[in-house]
Amino acid sequence: MTTSLPTADTSTEMVEDDAPRPGTLRLLLRNPVSLAGAVVLLLVVLAAVLGPTLAPYGANDTDVTRALQGPSGAHWFGTDDLGRDQFSRVLVAARVSMEVALVSVGISLVVGVGVGLVSGYLGGVTDGVLMRVVDVLFAFPVLLLALAIVAVLGPGLSSATIAIGVVYTPIFARVARASTLSVRNEPYVQASRTMGTGNAYVVWHHVLPNISGPVIVQTSLSLAFAILSEAALSFLGLGVQPPRPSWGRMLFDAQDFVGVAWWMSVFPGLAILLTTLAFNLVGDGLGQVLDPKRRTALAAQAGGRR
Amino acid sequence: MSSTSGPLTGSTATAVDERSRLQRLARHPVTHFVLVRGVLHTAVVLLGVMVVTFGLILLVPGDPVRIALGTRYSPETYDALRAASGLDRPLAVQLGSYIGHAVTGDLGVSFRSGEPVTALLLQRLPATASLAFAGVVVGLLLAIPAGVYSALREGRVADAVIRVTSQVGVSVPDFWMGILLITLFSSTLGWLPSSGYTPFSEDPAGWLRNLALPAVTVGLVAGSIMTRYVRSAVLEVLGSGWVRTARSKGLPQQQVLRRHVLRNAVVPVVTIVGIQMATLLGGVVVVEVVFAWPGLGRLTYEAVAARDYPVIQGAVLLMGALFLLINLLVDVLYAVVDPRIRQR
Repeated sequence: MTTSLPTADTSTEMVEDDAPRPGTLRLLLRNPVSLAGAVVLLLVVLAAVLGPTLAPYGANDTDVTRALQGPSGAHWFGTDDLGRDQFSRVLVAARVSMEVALVSVGISLVVGVGVGLVSGYLGGVTDGVLMRVVDVLFAFPVLLLALAIVAVLGPGLSSATIAIGVVYTPIFARVARASTLSVRNEPYVQASRTMGTGNAYVVWHHVLPNISGPVIVQTSLSLAFAILSEAALSFLGLGVQPPRPSWGRMLFDAQDFVGVAWWMSVFPGLAILLTTLAFNLVGDGLGQVLDPKRRTALAAQAGGRR
Repeated sequence: MSSTSGPLTGSTATAVDERSRLQRLARHPVTHFVLVRGVLHTAVVLLGVMVVTFGLILLVPGDPVRIALGTRYSPETYDALRAASGLDRPLAVQLGSYIGHAVTGDLGVSFRSGEPVTALLLQRLPATASLAFAGVVVGLLLAIPAGVYSALREGRVADAVIRVTSQVGVSVPDFWMGILLITLFSSTLGWLPSSGYTPFSEDPAGWLRNLALPAVTVGLVAGSIMTRYVRSAVLEVLGSGWVRTARSKGLPQQQVLRRHVLRNAVVPVVTIVGIQMATLLGGVVVVEVVFAWPGLGRLTYEAVAARDYPVIQGAVLLMGALFLLINLLVDVLYAVVDPRIRQR
């Protein structure tokens, strides 16, 4: 499915180096949609880091006298059946979601890109075997496989993290392989190999930097899916374990009160939606900015209006 | 992609022509090649899928039979279950026998109920299949108009709105959407049941009433994903030479759209419909739990809770196999429908 335009890509890069060109971040933030995504992400990261400090109440402070209260000045997101402050819980739960997402996608990234690089660079039998393994993993529905892995390893945070890491590995392998295939035949890689440079050096210094664009985009999109998967696993009671608050589990608890306390289901869900959406929007924006063909156009726009 | 050997989709072709053309293509040697290669590839990957599902049970820390039985059991029960699941034999023999049995449709017996896993899975398949199918239908009803309109208005405000909306749809946790729909339509308005399942054969109207909310839940997310594909498929066709030719001939916009754009955009859309269907079959676990829908997802969830490993293995294997078969079907269909594939 990948088509490569080797000469066009390199020449535009070279031309742009002469003039001062806007950085990737600048280009990204020029797009209002990506900017919105980035701002939301920043807020979620802040919540993840400072959540427990910022929370007006303890995440597990129960007080039955104020149970099931609607949103108010004292309790922005209302309270649950045990009188716990929903705002504090949503805030505190940001950290565990981000932790699981980052660690699991980190696993997929390292393993997947490693497999994809080796597969695409070496080709031949190695490629055939590795890609069939990837095909096998790809055949399983993501959540079902994650569920099975958690069932095997036992419910809990680390099982969920490993499961999500495993199920999102194949996509990284495919993305990295496809990009490696197109970079492998570039003149600079061929030249370096002709000079007798070792494979490891070529891969690290020439191939890896040039496939980073698609990999970065995939990382952002996978983080979005990882947030969703963690929420789903926690909803099923297989991820984050109570009493530690998590968005997924809060939604599970809210099910018993759908007609009584809408706020119990609305706010945790909104937190999942916004975090996932932010990763998706930033990923899409990065996809445009890091695509060499589109980047030229965007950079020209940015340059013209400066 | 020039010098096409076969006829491209002729806009004047009648239905009869179309059918004989498809038959001709199905007999074409290259289509055969795609089929043979596809079947071989699917068989190899399916074998791998079986090895992985078999391997799952090896990863269980400790003795899976003991874990499944809990704390109170007699040595006889233990030995019987262990022998029945074949866990007392050497690994290679176990793997060989697992694959041999799986190929013939024997997936072992449930640790919990003692029933054959295959029977349990087949019992639950219709519920999941109808939910996945209904989800894809709802999704297409959203995605086709939205995607086509978005493509026709590329770069305008409507396009941006549709694209951001589809991003939101992709980011929504489906089970949250389900809870919100239950809150609105069941608890508040009381229009639709929040859970339950009626087989179609018993009561079609009840089947539809029960299906409505889960199908919309699944369809909203699936539709958001498909909107993007419809949009890019239509955009690609809009940029093609024959559309430019049709326009410069002075054909009315409606006719260009119907004859030249939509017909040609169908092929990539069929692919994504197939993949969505395959994804949904195994991907609606949490929605099934929310709506108490007696499908495969909920069966797996219950099996996970009960540590009923044969059922978990069976469900994962069935879903993997279905995914591969649907993909094979889509590939072959693709080769039959799109003559250009034959050149590869």
